[in-house]
Amino acid sequence: MTQQDSVTFEVDASGVGLVTFDQPGRAMNVLTPELLGLFATLLERLEKEEGLKGLVLTSGKSSFIAGADIDQLSQITTVEQAFQLGEELKALLRRMEKCGKPVVAALNGTTLGGGLELALACHARFAIDDPEAKIGLPEVKLGLLPGAGGTQRLPRLIGIQKSFELITQGTELSPAKAKGLGIVNDLAASREELLQKARDWCLANPKPVQPWDAKGFRIPGGDSKSPSVVQMLAIAPSMANAKAHGNYPAITHIMSCLFEGCLLDIDNALQVESRYFAACIVSQVSKNMIGTLWYQLNAIKKGQSRPANQPQGKVKKVGILGAGMMGAGIAYVSAKAGIDVVLLDTTQENADKGKAYSQGLLDKALSRGRTTPDKRNALLARILPTTRYEDLQGCDLVIEAVFEDRAIKAECTRKAEAVILPDAVYASNTSTLPITGLAQASSRPENFIGLHFFSPVDKMPLVEIIVGEKTSDATLARGFDYVLQIGKTPIVVNDSRGFYTSRVFATYVMEGLAMLAEGVHPRSIEVAGVKAGMPMPPLALQDEVSLSLSLHISDQTRRDLEAEGKSYPEHPGEAVLRTLCADKGRVGKKAGKGFYDYNGKEKSLWPELTTLFPSRADQPTQQELVDRLMFIQANEAARCFEEKVVRSVADTNIGSIFGWGFAPHQGGALQFINAMGVQRFVARSRELAQQHGARFAPAAILVTMAQENRRFEDA
Amino acid sequence: MTEAYIYDAVRTPRGKGKKDGSLHQATPVWLLRTLLQALQARNRLDTALVDDLVLGCVTPVGEQGADIARTAVLDAGWAQTVAGVTQSRFCASGLESVNLATAKIMSGMEDMVVAGGVESMSRWAMGSDGGAWVMDPRVNSGTAFIPQGISADLIATLEGFGRADLDGFAAESHRRAAQAQAEGRFARSIVPVKDINGMVMLDRDETVRPGTSVESLAKLNPSFEMMGSMGFDSTALDKYTTIEKIHHHHHAGNSSGIVDGAALMLLGSKAAGDKAGLKPRAKVRMCSVIGSEPTIMLTGPTPAVRKALAKAGMAVSDIDLWEVNEAFATVPMKTARDLGVSLDRVNVNGGAIAMGHPLGATGAIILGTALDELERTGKSTALATLCVGAGMGIATIIERV
Repeated sequence: MTQQDSVTFEVDASGVGLVTFDQPGRAMNVLTPELLGLFATLLERLEKEEGLKGLVLTSGKSSFIAGADIDQLSQITTVEQAFQLGEELKALLRRMEKCGKPVVAALNGTTLGGGLELALACHARFAIDDPEAKIGLPEVKLGLLPGAGGTQRLPRLIGIQKSFELITQGTELSPAKAKGLGIVNDLAASREELLQKARDWCLANPKPVQPWDAKGFRIPGGDSKSPSVVQMLAIAPSMANAKAHGNYPAITHIMSCLFEGCLLDIDNALQVESRYFAACIVSQVSKNMIGTLWYQLNAIKKGQSRPANQPQGKVKKVGILGAGMMGAGIAYVSAKAGIDVVLLDTTQENADKGKAYSQGLLDKALSRGRTTPDKRNALLARILPTTRYEDLQGCDLVIEAVFEDRAIKAECTRKAEAVILPDAVYASNTSTLPITGLAQASSRPENFIGLHFFSPVDKMPLVEIIVGEKTSDATLARGFDYVLQIGKTPIVVNDSRGFYTSRVFATYVMEGLAMLAEGVHPRSIEVAGVKAGMPMPPLALQDEVSLSLSLHISDQTRRDLEAEGKSYPEHPGEAVLRTLCADKGRVGKKAGKGFYDYNGKEKSLWPELTTLFPSRADQPTQQELVDRLMFIQANEAARCFEEKVVRSVADTNIGSIFGWGFAPHQGGALQFINAMGVQRFVARSRELAQQHGARFAPAAILVTMAQENRRFEDA
Repeated sequence: MTEAYIYDAVRTPRGKGKKDGSLHQATPVWLLRTLLQALQARNRLDTALVDDLVLGCVTPVGEQGADIARTAVLDAGWAQTVAGVTQSRFCASGLESVNLATAKIMSGMEDMVVAGGVESMSRWAMGSDGGAWVMDPRVNSGTAFIPQGISADLIATLEGFGRADLDGFAAESHRRAAQAQAEGRFARSIVPVKDINGMVMLDRDETVRPGTSVESLAKLNPSFEMMGSMGFDSTALDKYTTIEKIHHHHHAGNSSGIVDGAALMLLGSKAAGDKAGLKPRAKVRMCSVIGSEPTIMLTGPTPAVRKALAKAGMAVSDIDLWEVNEAFATVPMKTARDLGVSLDRVNVNGGAIAMGHPLGATGAIILGTALDELERTGKSTALATLCVGAGMGIATIIERV
């Protein structure tokens, strides 16, 4: 195909030109320099040709435009380049909106980021009323801000207050909601109607002027000086930082664009936006987020960790053993992906209860307009609750999600394998028991694999695939394909104690416990956790996990290691577990008492904590605590990499963010080390080891990497 | 070095800062004109002897804007050689004027200066002038801005002051103010505000409620709980990591009242006073300002007091009378606790909880109140201090002569 194919152009009898974006080789259009260049040529024709009355912009794909060209953005190295890029794009859009003839956006589907910014610069916007189409400015999710005028045109269109939430949170709207807010002029039922409405608008408005270019323009709801906006501005940073804790510079920069820009005329305002855009582009946070949440995530989804020589496959029928929390969730996400599900438990009542979980989720979605009765019923019809192993016949995948007990699991394996297809994959959803050991109960251990889901299954995006000693490439490929089939992100890890996610996650929580033992004020520990960027603080997390479970696991580990003739290095946090759980009977959230007292939805730190662990007079700084909580995780992730528990940098980073919520702004556990510089990480780790114990001693691989001046990257 | 003396202190009564307040119909420049003319008349002052009018005003916009000090000098018919400057150190502005005047005189640069402040809060609500600290998200975020009420609740939580403690302090403020009013203790300073025809608009502080009790205050709802829960509490708790939540105990009844008012002081060197035929009432021993942590914001008085005392070579025990502005009940309570001063010697004639806090003027008002009380009781030294927005403190020590 030629370059010309990215944009097609045809002029109808009335003189309105239809511009159709359709980039070859891409699922969605993005604003590449090539696309913009072609568009600039058409704009020039509009400016020069008298017979051309206006332009309607649409796309030949199911979506309109998905956003900016991330490849182009990630090549930027200086603020001058970033500023220049923003200014060039804005100059084009400014030329378009001031050309004196109508340009109308016909949004035939999802319109995000730069795509929406282009549409906002159009004189009118129409959209197909498809509830699944998304309209929004999600740049903040990659640590960026809309740099093509989005932070200036949106508030001038719908007001500062409404724009704040949409841009700082990257909210994605349905076309109907976008119309309600005044972002699109009108909706259309079909593509034909869409284009007709857009053409009609062009002909009815031959000489449009943007509101912000009209004399006497006032921002709807007032500019940044108006009292109600000032009131909002006063609290907006507090509201944002209640979640972000200052870790996301893009959020503050977006607020600055809105505040400063809405005190100025549009041209000055657009340039202010370019300044903050450049600041975002070169920020370490956006580099971390783009590197991991864009490039590495895409690499994973393209199968970086999947054996390449194996044919693609789809699961048609999945058997799920155990209809508890996890089993019920796996049943739901599988049925949602169109897979037939056999949900098996020891009693029909339990199995039915597992299916009812899906019904509950669907009814909630129905009440919020997120699904239709037909879709709901079809999904439920795909789940068969049963107690009979014979019902598993024809399953090409079985996932066992029963109690973490080797004997029970072994029995499940034998019973299931007796009926399922001979080449079916058998997966265990264990989070603690080594897969190789469990596979001993299997008559075909090469078909045995671990699929570690996270709770709640319908919300958590990750599945940790565990490869046992005998697991075949074919089995891994099929597990991998299944995880993608249900819309989740797979990471592949080798069999070992705690696998990857549970092992590193534990270091975070245990470090919090160690701090308590040292006399750090309990709330200071918790504040440090959320300031580090973790979704939950350590003590609260330990309550969620339950103290008794953690104690059980560490006791098990001790016994296992001693049985292997190895010594067990006791973690200073374990004494805290024992004091609370064994001595005081505070087992965790489920019991209503752990590190916190629980009272309905309210919780407060157990006051006795400071009696049992008196707070030191010389409290460490928050930064010291944050460092400990982050370094201990990053170092353990590096050890996993060194021991080849994890197989790729992408899996390690994505697994950390999606698995246990490792601070997304750091770009993952290994990127945290990259961003800091391996040498600095090693030096600081040694300091921490000296102050707080050998667990902080840098992993051997890091010491080598520091010497060789290497960083973590996949080949 | 030249010493600075206080020759006179006048103030308007404080009117309720709402539409139905008795001074709402009086423009702020009218309040100043009233005081300037009174100061001239009662001291038979040749106004040409005055170098400058230094005035505090926290919300200098509209009819209160554009250097209202110089405007007032001209409007009051004072000599045109008297200059005028308007400044803002937020709530400390009134005392800042006194301190600046003192510095001008001590340096020998000027001989006689009028210092004070004005605020018509019924006309220009607090915050009407915007400001980067609050409205610019970059600055707001960077300084961890929270409103003063949340800061006050934060201090009370950290200090362990409960609702009843704060309400008890507030009730006492009203009791003391009512008693002082009844005994005419403010008579020397208060200049009634009259309209253009000479009809009295207000001649006494309007918001004092003699029957106020802990029980009556208990009915009031906390003022800052809602905005705290919307996000401000979280900002405070990110910085103050030994408490889990902020107890919102401050409300309209144990916080300073919103009022209209103005105050002026006549300061000068000994020589200038002699030349004008005036007898000094007190001398300024020392002044100080200091910055403190901006989020908790209201803890500046203690370090400001310590700084002034140290510079003056004095100790806490050398101060006979204390005026600690009652921005919120917790502020004088904490300051007194920090310094080991008995509340019996703090704000003995009540304070801003009972009589109100006209932002730009209050510092000059409370120093004047302290001076009157020193004279009434025959005591010698007084110290006035205020907490200040964005984390500052100010203090001024005077000694009767």
